[in-house]
Amino acid sequence: MTLMTEPKKTSPATDEYSIVKARHPGRWISAAVIVFLGLLLARSVVTNPNFGWETVGMYIRDVSIVRGIGITLELTAICMLIGIVLGVVLAVMRISANPVVRTAAFAYVNFFRGTPVLVQLLFWYNLAALYPSITFGIPGVDLDANRIITPLTAAILGLGLNQAAYMSEIVRAGILSVEHGQSEAAGALGINRLQTMRRIILPQAMRVIIPPTGNETIGMLKTTALVSVISVPELLYSAQIIYARNFETIPLLMVASIWYIVVTSILSIGQYYLERHYAKGGQRSLPATPWQQLKRFVRVHDPLTGKGAKK
Amino acid sequence: MSATILETGATATAPGPMIKADAIRKNYGRLEVLKGIDLRVERGEVVCLIGPSGSGKSTLLRCINHLETIEGGRMWVDGSVMGYDLRGTKLHEQPHAKICRSRVEIGMVFQHFNLFPHMSVLENLIEAPRLVLKEKRSTATARALALLESVGLADKAKAYPRQLSGGQQQRVAIARALCMRPKVMLFDEPTSALDPELVGEVLKVMKDLAATGMTMVVVTHEMNFARDVADRVVFMDDGHVVEQGPAQDVIGNPQHERTRAFLASVL
Repeated sequence: MTLMTEPKKTSPATDEYSIVKARHPGRWISAAVIVFLGLLLARSVVTNPNFGWETVGMYIRDVSIVRGIGITLELTAICMLIGIVLGVVLAVMRISANPVVRTAAFAYVNFFRGTPVLVQLLFWYNLAALYPSITFGIPGVDLDANRIITPLTAAILGLGLNQAAYMSEIVRAGILSVEHGQSEAAGALGINRLQTMRRIILPQAMRVIIPPTGNETIGMLKTTALVSVISVPELLYSAQIIYARNFETIPLLMVASIWYIVVTSILSIGQYYLERHYAKGGQRSLPATPWQQLKRFVRVHDPLTGKGAKK
Repeated sequence: MSATILETGATATAPGPMIKADAIRKNYGRLEVLKGIDLRVERGEVVCLIGPSGSGKSTLLRCINHLETIEGGRMWVDGSVMGYDLRGTKLHEQPHAKICRSRVEIGMVFQHFNLFPHMSVLENLIEAPRLVLKEKRSTATARALALLESVGLADKAKAYPRQLSGGQQQRVAIARALCMRPKVMLFDEPTSALDPELVGEVLKVMKDLAATGMTMVVVTHEMNFARDVADRVVFMDDGHVVEQGPAQDVIGNPQHERTRAFLASVL
């Protein structure tokens, strides 16, 4: 019965109890280790003269570098556009009722996914060796492959057609993620198949399609560096041209890397807002964006008016 | 219910039954689901299909608007064979566009509502009138708002389906079907996915609709609704129509052993 007898004299009044937060020494140690390693890294980046920060500063806004970024962005946009449009077509073909159509789409995806994109690029670049004149089998059409297949068209064809294979799988997953009841409801209202796909299925599939497509776009931006091998003057090739002249290899690779990071970061922000747009109806209410959170934070903790300072 | 629903196209004047099923047969693979069903639904009549799960009542309902293809028999809706062109003794499958045109006349309400979640309530309602009937946005919107009012959801036009309760979603689904001015409405277990306290609001809308003279075929487990609203109750079991007749008779005084067993288990 000792449990029942309260030590009345020593216990304080109820409202005098306070909570002491648990200590987490492990967290402090791991944080300290990471900060220390980070500082070491930062110091070596700043002090190692081989980085050539002065040279980086000199070339970061060089005309040919900026032109290279332009071509990189252009290539990314065109190739993703080809990839998405052709990818949607292939995805719809993959779920067609016609076995020949289905198999053709499957064969396409299998071929382009099954060979390295670098090899495909070299094939397109050397197309003239395979088909000196392009006729499409149509009488009267006779195009000189050497004239049509410039490095840029070879790059667009190589990257775009390869991307379509990957996009078709993403789009197909999106289409399959939409409940069957949706197309039934549309059908029962007399909406035809094409309209159902365009107005009902694809907009809902977008929620599943957008995040991996954002990834693919960022991946594409970096993959465009591959076309430097067929001498398209995009960002990397522009940097290579310069360091072939002045031998400042590392600083110019840093210039290219900095630009790649800047552009991919901007694309990530765009992806965030695009995902929000297509989440419409998916949730009861959308969470605030970081920008909205920041504005709210400033409003609540406004140092000028002092409003909300008293918590 | 306001007068808007009265002009849905429900007419009791044209001759012949609204729906006539002749010896409908349907298989899923080797499983026979419908084993020669005959059914007649007159214009303006409310028919409830009841029976144990797996008896084929939902499949029969889905055959009416050709969401399911059939293996045999003919489904007549408003005087023409649904889904097929009858030439001599051969039934030629219709192109999909033609089936879509026939479906305009047949409204359908699903167990799980199947509202389009990426569209607001209003957009859900005007989508098909705009795409299929080529109505102007203003015309479609005016009618949609009137219909929303008649199902008691005038203030929810801008809401998204996920923001509504199940009962509200199902009322929106009914309004969406009515936007196409159908001649007949099919209901596939419209209250089975609802919380018990929300069933009443949906049944009330259906009751009001029945009172306007709409032809309705309702697959349901709500025996009270069947007894109060249906002109006729059809009891199905194992792919056959076992018993049918006035609601009071079938539910109140079933003749067949299987009907009695079923009613004893649900009432």
